[in-house]
Amino acid sequence: MTTEAADSTEAVGTIAPAADPGFLQRHGATIEYILIPGAALAGALAVFGIFVAMFGKNPLDLYFYMYYGAFGTWFSWQNTLTRAAPLVLTALCTALPAQLGMVIIGGEGALLIGALSATSAALALQGLPPLVVQIAMVIAGVTGGGLWIMLSGALRQYRGVNETISSLLLVYIALAILNHLVEGMMRDPASLNKPSTREIGAANMIGSIPGTDVHWGLVFGLVAAIAAYILIYHTVFGFAARVAGGNIRAAKIVGLGVSKLILTICFLAGGAAGLAGMVEVAAVQGRTNANLAAGYGFTGILVAFLARQNPLAIIPVAILLGGISASGGLLQRRLGLPDASVLVLQGIIFVFVLASDALYGRIGFLKGKS
Amino acid sequence: MADGSIGLWTVPLAVLGGAIRVSTPFLFVSLGECITERSGRINLGLEGTLVMGAMSAYGISYLSGSPWLGVLAAGITGALLGALHAGICSLPRVNDVAVGIALMLFGTGLAFYLGKPLIEPTAPRLPAIDFGWWSDVPQVRAALRVNVLFLIGVALAPILYWAFRTTRWGLLIRTAGESSDAARAMGHSVLLIRLRATMVGGFLAGIGGSFLSLFYPGSWNEGLSSGQGITAVALVIFARWDPLLCLWASLAFGGAAALGPALQSVGVTSGYHLFNAAPYILTLAIMIITCSPKRTLTGAPAELSITR
Repeated sequence: MTTEAADSTEAVGTIAPAADPGFLQRHGATIEYILIPGAALAGALAVFGIFVAMFGKNPLDLYFYMYYGAFGTWFSWQNTLTRAAPLVLTALCTALPAQLGMVIIGGEGALLIGALSATSAALALQGLPPLVVQIAMVIAGVTGGGLWIMLSGALRQYRGVNETISSLLLVYIALAILNHLVEGMMRDPASLNKPSTREIGAANMIGSIPGTDVHWGLVFGLVAAIAAYILIYHTVFGFAARVAGGNIRAAKIVGLGVSKLILTICFLAGGAAGLAGMVEVAAVQGRTNANLAAGYGFTGILVAFLARQNPLAIIPVAILLGGISASGGLLQRRLGLPDASVLVLQGIIFVFVLASDALYGRIGFLKGKS
Repeated sequence: MADGSIGLWTVPLAVLGGAIRVSTPFLFVSLGECITERSGRINLGLEGTLVMGAMSAYGISYLSGSPWLGVLAAGITGALLGALHAGICSLPRVNDVAVGIALMLFGTGLAFYLGKPLIEPTAPRLPAIDFGWWSDVPQVRAALRVNVLFLIGVALAPILYWAFRTTRWGLLIRTAGESSDAARAMGHSVLLIRLRATMVGGFLAGIGGSFLSLFYPGSWNEGLSSGQGITAVALVIFARWDPLLCLWASLAFGGAAALGPALQSVGVTSGYHLFNAAPYILTLAIMIITCSPKRTLTGAPAELSITR
């Protein structure tokens, strides 16, 4: 992973200016968007290396196993991509509202509600053709998650309630609802130790992309991210959203319906996270239980910030972060690191990425000569 | 809890006991956050600080044998995390809300990492003062076993209220929160004031965490705090940045949080998880009632990004 980060910075730093002297001036901003997060990532990995060295582990082993566990083999690539799928979707839950200047961190809650809704739809429609059930699951998951985050947006717009705090509170409420239903009304009597709902049925699972073990959720994620990119950067709606995010007064003066923008964007954001919940049910778990609260929603926040809230950049970043979490198991087995080491690394990366915001526009050789 | 003599009275008693016991972390975090927010910055990372405080208090108490050293260690850990938050926020164009989210994830992750070996051993816990000696009813005695930290927190609220109004430091913090230009014009460094305010806020939040691991529930595990930190941050907003209101709100929250276990103890188990979510639902409900899109909240520090 370090090698990758180093490679990309070198490629940008050394080859580019030699090829074309005007290149830096024209693409300075784009280079910054790659160079600075890359440097932040490298810095975070270095600090994490020092951290594990304090516990007597060899940092070079650490980097090797991280690379090996994330991208070293076809098996680890598949593991990485499987984990990246929900991350793309939960990252959209933070990145879409960010276009409006809103900080939504409740993707985990929307994921859980989406999973519950999708499972309910599948259980209600047992016996129908799988395609019908799957489409119903997608609709239910997107609607459930979408309404959940739309609630945060509506509270912000109509009651002035801070959306960051309300969306996080809604995570805990969603988890309580999930536990309540899974241990009560929706419990499968056969699930003794781990209270769960009944299974949605093998025929209704969405399965793997042919030739791989990676489930179709990855494609859902890619399509959603590309659609979000087109929506934000190539439609009038997205333009209006960015205007409102840049200057809410200007948006009101030119007559944009800010309420409608906020509610729609929040619905789409929550819908993406809800779809992640549906995917986790229909491709991995096969049922709803507390396993679904695996933290994809929280890692998604980091993915969105690292991608600078750009829906397209979310795809590679999600793969990178998916890789880090995929390597967690190997780090545990080979180096004896606790499973929380992935969380520590994610935290360090997050801190570095935010601190690196201070660097934009300050790198000497990118400023150009004026 | 088979004592039939008091029957359903168990529930209000347990809620009262909960108001005293469960409220303490809410109280410390909200008072700490109150100081930080009055200086014009919001630290959402106190959830992580709370968990780190709980872990370090438990670890130090286990290693040294003294729970009070653990409390101190929790405070210092919290202050360090506060310094980290303030340090990153001092950089230009860095958003304090985002840094808070990052530190929330970092703090919990680090606590889980370092706390792995602490799940098994038992550390010495903080002593309690028995205010229920006059009663024969065990539930009453249980409800009135009060920890010293709770009393410190209760005393701290009026002290802070007074300090914000009359002391030099209180005025400086409020100046930095209301108008950083005014503070700068007076020759004070706003960043330094906010650094100190965030460190003190982190110190208190860390102590709040030590209460979790050293008194109630009184052990270290990864599910120790689930959102108490963030609830306490929200609590400051509807307590209108007033330390005395923070105290009342914390007590109400403690009571609400004790409702689930209390009902379970009298045999009402069906809505257990929903009752456990009571503090979050309560927070959301109160925020919906008290906030308004048309005006900023009275008492809100003008420099606070979250209310602008």
